[in-house]
Amino acid sequence: MTDGPGITRAEIRAVTEARLTFGARGRALETGRALGFALDHAKARAAVLSEIDTGALGAALARAGLTHHVVTSEAATRDTYIRRPDLGRLLPEAARTALPRPAGGLDVALVLGDGLSATAVQLNGVAFVAALAARLQAEGLRMGPVILARQARVALGDGIAQAMEAETVVMALGERPGLSASDSLGVYITHRPEPQTPDSARNCISNIREAGTGVEDAAEQALRLILAMRRLGESGVALSRALGRVALHPAQTPRP
Amino acid sequence: MAYRFDINGTRYSFASLKVLLARATPERSGDVLAGLAADDPVERLAAQHCLADVPLKAFLDDVLEVDGDAVTALIAAQHDAAAFAPVAALTVGEFRDWLLAPKTTGAEIAALAPGLTPEMVAAVSKIMRAQDLIAVTARIEVVTRFRSTIGLRGRLSTRNQPNHPTDDSRGIALSALDGLMMGAGDAVIGVNPATDSLPDFIRICEVLEAIRTQLNIPTQHCCLGHVTTALAAIEARAPVDLVFQSVAGSDKANAGFGVTLALLDEAHEAIRALGRAPEGANLMYFETGQGAALSADAHHGMDQQTMEARAYAVARRYRPLLVNTVVGFIGPEYLADGKQIIRAGLEDHFCGKLLGLPMGVDICYTNHSYADQEDMDILLTALAAAGVNFVITVPGADDIMLNYQSLAFHDAQFIRDTLGKPPAPEFAAWMAANGIGEPDTALPSLEAALSQLRLPAA
Repeated sequence: MTDGPGITRAEIRAVTEARLTFGARGRALETGRALGFALDHAKARAAVLSEIDTGALGAALARAGLTHHVVTSEAATRDTYIRRPDLGRLLPEAARTALPRPAGGLDVALVLGDGLSATAVQLNGVAFVAALAARLQAEGLRMGPVILARQARVALGDGIAQAMEAETVVMALGERPGLSASDSLGVYITHRPEPQTPDSARNCISNIREAGTGVEDAAEQALRLILAMRRLGESGVALSRALGRVALHPAQTPRP
Repeated sequence: MAYRFDINGTRYSFASLKVLLARATPERSGDVLAGLAADDPVERLAAQHCLADVPLKAFLDDVLEVDGDAVTALIAAQHDAAAFAPVAALTVGEFRDWLLAPKTTGAEIAALAPGLTPEMVAAVSKIMRAQDLIAVTARIEVVTRFRSTIGLRGRLSTRNQPNHPTDDSRGIALSALDGLMMGAGDAVIGVNPATDSLPDFIRICEVLEAIRTQLNIPTQHCCLGHVTTALAAIEARAPVDLVFQSVAGSDKANAGFGVTLALLDEAHEAIRALGRAPEGANLMYFETGQGAALSADAHHGMDQQTMEARAYAVARRYRPLLVNTVVGFIGPEYLADGKQIIRAGLEDHFCGKLLGLPMGVDICYTNHSYADQEDMDILLTALAAAGVNFVITVPGADDIMLNYQSLAFHDAQFIRDTLGKPPAPEFAAWMAANGIGEPDTALPSLEAALSQLRLPAA
């Protein structure tokens, strides 16, 4: 096999991460590739099924000068969480009343949830929250303690923000792992969230990880979005339109 | 009307046909999420016994019970009483026995299609086991044609799905070439675009057209953007072979996809008028999947499998070339694990085929489902035995744009070898002429193959 004049193997790798067949085209994947695929899947499954270590995350937040408070959604276990997304959006009454309520309310509630990848939260969660908190503080915005949320879907942040009387909520959580990357953090920002906030009213920054959007970059984008929301009084598609851009909302529409 | 069944002195009651269908459905997470599932296996069996005694004619009433739903109206309008006549006097249980009877021919089953409604086929599938679903569909042939002939008995076609996260022209071409050199793509070479902009849509069509024409492949291609984007591309005289759209089983769910029957009618007419296909060719491609209506809160209290079958009424209006359920894509809240995905894949294939559709399946799962590639092997083997028209294949089973796992090009080779299922005859001849799949032929490397291709400028 020879390289053609136009493109080399290294260039192909730069063009696509697809699992192309470079060697013999046989009847089955070669053993090395088959086992490599299985390992990638095992890593993705481990990321989905693992729980966040709230102790370690809390300690890391403390080192960044941030206090925290832990809540768990109505989905008490990982299995319930995966099968019942509706429960992962609900804040139990006891958790609601136990939330800290700073006098006079908050400008921004910061929530760090496990989502579908505890791996992403362990690797990138605290760094993102700390980077954003520093920027919010510099702007003089009031934040409460960081809420560490277990078995959390995006909309869990709405109830948390309402209980804490926060104007804007930032929900950072692990994205559904792909086969090649299980460390992506997604961030959803919602202004004046309500119990039935549609996804179109949120702005999203996705693929936050070492090989994607960097933590500092993402924090800077998040700050600009929050400031724009406070200025214009809205978030989501309406904000994107007002800012004259298109992309900044969740694109999680099911394919069929 | 209420439905009742007694087991050991306990009376089980079901308030309506819609409730009965839901309670009789084999277990799946989506119906639990919707609050529609049977409370336990005994209640489910009570519902199945009860359902078996319901006359097929009862399903000619409005089962969804939503005023003004256009899909319901379409189902009523499609019903052909003469085609229905051979089974019109049967109950659901008797219909199952008729389908499985040795003297019932495949031609007789196929001839029923215009007389059957989605609710009838969903109902009978709920009281059929995996082997029943396989045995019946293995006898039916639904053949469609464009440049290749798809669905002939004893053959299995593949969609070559060269998706790329940024729709890079060379990235798409590399994956497509990889598949072609493995013999994948006789059903269609179809790209799910990452964006839905018109210039990207047209560019993707041109990339696929360049591959098809330069390599002289007897197949068709498709960019799976929104139908409105396809319409605009057709208006711009772009090389559009097939119009694609996701469809579902209620007006409200289709509105969630941004489509109406009128819009699909318009697209069907536009692609016919474009005149790229041979006379009489099938020109549309639809995807569906259990849970789509529920995820749009548009299921109206109907179970997800019956809603899925209703989507097929929309599809069959357009005599499509291809229809496939994307069975495990939507996630574990609808189909939790390998067992539920396998069952749903067989049900969808069965219901589509009984309604006369050229049914394929995207045999797939996401990383948060309790499933793995071995479950896909089992479903592929079962569906190949059932005579599935086509399956989706991607490089190494990993779709790097949609972030889920489907089948690898290699998996189609496995089933061709193991069950003796060649691709479409025109494509098989093209493969033979190019030495593809023959051990003594050295095919070019991907680097060389890409270098020989003249792709349109980005």
